[in-house]
Amino acid sequence: MFQRLPDAGGERVSFTIDGQPAEALSGDSVAAALIANGVGACRTTPVSGAPRGPYCMMGVCFDCLVTIDGTGNQQGCQIRVHPGMRVETQNGKREIER
Amino acid sequence: MTDLKPRYDLAVIGAGPAGLAAATLAATRGLSTVLLDEQAAPGGQIYRAITRSPVRNPNVLGTDYWHGADLVGPFRDSGADYLPGAAVWSVSRTLDIGLSRDGAARILPARHVILATGALERPFPVPGWTLPGVMGAGAAQILLKTSGLVASGNVVMAGSGPLLWLLAWQYLRAGARIDAILDTTPRENWRQAMPLLPAFARSGYVGKGLKLLLEVRRKVKVIGNVSALRAEGDGRVQSVVYRQGNGAEQRLPADTLLLHHGVIPNINLANATGCAQSWDEAQRCWVPDVDGWGATSVEGVAIAGDGAGIGGALAAEHRGRLTALDALHRLGAIDRATRDRDAAPHREALDRALRGRDFLDALYRPGKDFRVPADDTIVCRCEEVTAGQVRDAVKLGVSGPNQTKSFLRCGMGPCQGRLCGPTVVEVIADARGVSPAEVGYYRLRPPVKPITLAELASLPKAEDEVAAVMHH
Ligand SMILES: Cc1cc2nc3c(=O)[nH]c(=O)nc-3n(C[C@H](O)[C@@H](O)[C@H](O)COP(=O)(O)OP(=O)(O)OC[C@H]3O[C@@H](n4cnc5c(N)ncnc54)[C@H](O)[C@@H]3O)c2cc1C
Ligand code: FES
Repeated sequence: MFQRLPDAGGERVSFTIDGQPAEALSGDSVAAALIANGVGACRTTPVSGAPRGPYCMMGVCFDCLVTIDGTGNQQGCQIRVHPGMRVETQNGKREIER
Repeated sequence: MTDLKPRYDLAVIGAGPAGLAAATLAATRGLSTVLLDEQAAPGGQIYRAITRSPVRNPNVLGTDYWHGADLVGPFRDSGADYLPGAAVWSVSRTLDIGLSRDGAARILPARHVILATGALERPFPVPGWTLPGVMGAGAAQILLKTSGLVASGNVVMAGSGPLLWLLAWQYLRAGARIDAILDTTPRENWRQAMPLLPAFARSGYVGKGLKLLLEVRRKVKVIGNVSALRAEGDGRVQSVVYRQGNGAEQRLPADTLLLHHGVIPNINLANATGCAQSWDEAQRCWVPDVDGWGATSVEGVAIAGDGAGIGGALAAEHRGRLTALDALHRLGAIDRATRDRDAAPHREALDRALRGRDFLDALYRPGKDFRVPADDTIVCRCEEVTAGQVRDAVKLGVSGPNQTKSFLRCGMGPCQGRLCGPTVVEVIADARGVSPAEVGYYRLRPPVKPITLAELASLPKAEDEVAAVMHH
């Protein structure tokens, strides 16, 4: 559970999480936007199916992988949320296509 | 990316204090310079979001944070080009830099390269650390700096090191509540740290650090000598379990658990570039080999800042300037005497910034039970490999981390060993009864960042050049 500081500045950004309307602040990463909306787990692992949520917020752990605008396995903490973005939590899939 | 020059004298990778200072000095003194960073804005870790943080009250992040603006201003005026959002996945022996930005890859040649890729939080493997709601203290700090988000509900912090206390202090300033800080600093560390105390007492940190520590201790319950830490919960963290010394198991409710055991150099790019590295016993991590100018074993590649060994943000800045002066010299812009003369004040400032650092290293070295976790603890988050599996592999003859890759897939996941490498090395070394220096580290290959086939296909360069960047 995370809360926004009452005086946090920035513009509101509307986007969707698994089809549901949600709001973020401009400058939020997708991972931060999910956390701000109370979504702590964004994927399950391919090995055991365990839920995972953002751990490092700096591009290291890959636990923040989500599907963004239809493309899977995006690092949510490295991508800024933008208006109208469709973010989906994802199951199992993990390999980044190379 | 079209406004980039086809080739640069100097490419600096990483826009933290080291990279900002290096690029500023080099560009001001005439080198065509580009600064590349995967973040959307300059600042690196300490000064993350310095140009656009939504945190309005300057007292929340503190004056040390706002010092970042003193680096960004001169950088903007320096004439250096800046490419944010650029993830560098390779630096070849010919100093061609492979990078991805906005879904397209490109290769940028340079005559000299400074890696200023900084540090990352040391992995903190305890049972349950993969549960949602458990994250790094540094990660929580990123949420605060970039998004003005603080943990709410039951918040527990655990670990040791200056950054944990800094985050606690920033949280209190932000009006956030912390249920408890579980301090894992081993008691016996004091014995090793005491002889180093006099130098630390003369450093700039003491007054500031003590004040911060006292302020936090006054307001938050601090539980010392913590061991046997684990996170529990169904689908997300719900409680934190620990022992104080050899005492009985205790349990605290937790919606968020923030872990921290100090920071270690982010060596992946240097390692994949072929830079030689050594085990640093004092900081207990692998560190690239560099000389007093940051020069590595690879011709034309230098490292500045915490990526070349943890020295802190001020040291990073001065090390950035020293590597830039050496770049000027190596590229023929200044002679040796000029380099040495101009370096003198930066060297002095660096010495001052590093004073007392070894005290912190000794005091905050994580205890063995955390560096070498019990069998049931996941060490490789990507492939969900436990410490016990690594130990079993050692019994079967595995002697180093590269072999655990083929045995267990440990280190083969997308994080490329960043979150398991240090632990796997410690577990193997402990099981074999040798030093981590003898066990070695993962041999990494580019690309060090995920790159899609579509991105590769977008490379405008000839195929043999691509091959050179991918398989040197
Ligand atoms: C999460 C975190 C928070 C921290 N917060 C503080 C703090 O508040 N106060 C403090 O005193 N110390 C802090 N530190 C310690 C930190 O190491 C500082 O000492 C300082 O930021 C180091 O400066 P630097 O220039 O060496 O590297 P950094 O500031 O870490 O900058 C490195 C930069 O390189 C970029 N980078 C890395 N790899 C690549 C790549 N392959 N391609 C492109 N760009 C890349 C990163 O995005 C980053 O912007 C923190 C460390 C971490 C990990
Ligand atoms: S949270 Fe670790 S990579 Fe995004």
